[in-house]
Amino acid sequence: MYTQIVNQAKIEGCGKGTQGWFDLREVNVSYDHPFHIRLEHALNIDFVNEAQGPGARVAVELTPEAARELAKTILATLERAESDGWLPETAEHTHVHGAVEHAHAH
Amino acid sequence: MYQTNMYEGLLSETVIIRGANGDSINAYFARPLGPGPYPGMVLIHHAPGWDEWYREATRKFAHHGFLTISPNLYYRDGHGTPEDVAAKVRAAGGVPDEQMVGDVEGSLRYLRALPYASGKVGCFGTCSGGRQTTIAASRLNFDAAIDCWGGRVVMSQQELNPKQPVAPIDMTRDLKCPLLGLFGNDDQAPTPAQVNQHEEELKKNGKTYEFHRYDGAGHGFFYYDRPAYRQEQAVDGWKKVFDFLERYLS
Repeated sequence: MYTQIVNQAKIEGCGKGTQGWFDLREVNVSYDHPFHIRLEHALNIDFVNEAQGPGARVAVELTPEAARELAKTILATLERAESDGWLPETAEHTHVHGAVEHAHAH
Repeated sequence: MYQTNMYEGLLSETVIIRGANGDSINAYFARPLGPGPYPGMVLIHHAPGWDEWYREATRKFAHHGFLTISPNLYYRDGHGTPEDVAAKVRAAGGVPDEQMVGDVEGSLRYLRALPYASGKVGCFGTCSGGRQTTIAASRLNFDAAIDCWGGRVVMSQQELNPKQPVAPIDMTRDLKCPLLGLFGNDDQAPTPAQVNQHEEELKKNGKTYEFHRYDGAGHGFFYYDRPAYRQEQAVDGWKKVFDFLERYLS
């Protein structure tokens, strides 16, 4: 809480914590005191599910350089997936996905 | 001073106290075994939480002859490992200053009511707890206060928010007890310039204080489990803490 630089976003996904997999609902991204990495301040990412209590948390603590690299890598991966037609938002994929579901139904 | 042929014993345990708004919260309490009377200390934990270092510090003060209590300022935020709870509070931007004052006041009341208390009580905090110590010492009747590298004592208008509506430096006129400050000159929060600004305000208001600034140290130089630990400065800092308390709580 020293810098108080923190942002929260609502997310959907799953994370593996100390008790196994759980549903993720929020991600907290801060640039503040970390718990473990040998830095005074770090880019901290906590994937959490607030409704399940403080223990529903998957944590990473990154150097600023590593965090930028992670952000770039995530975006680059999504751009490639989108351009190759793998993302569900694309019309083509929705069509294929629908067809597969239809096939399973029969 | 402890001699090797002296009997020594401590009791340390979790207790429940009444904090802000009459809420029940837990606290870690340690005391020397003996009839007293003993002075007391309230320890305000740091941003990384109500953690093992604070339990150890609580026992350390008790070992030095103080009834010592460290309230869990994050009690209302749920339970889990100290780190998971502190991460939740970090995401929420910390706890409100007003709530902290209520929890510290409850701790003070708990100590003063003990049958083996001398009645004199000090306050100690590091990091966010150092900042909160300066607030508590301005709002409550402590006999001594120790701020270790508390940042955000000096706050810009933009930094004020509903949880931290008043900059601690602006409470200096209300400071009710002598203040000891320990700081590292390589710290980013507080910066040496902010420490100087705080000192000027203490002088201006005629307060009793002593500030010690350490070269070669940054933020959190007492924390032996962090890379910020500085052995020489930490040993000297602890000595200054107990010398100060000897003068004002005896």
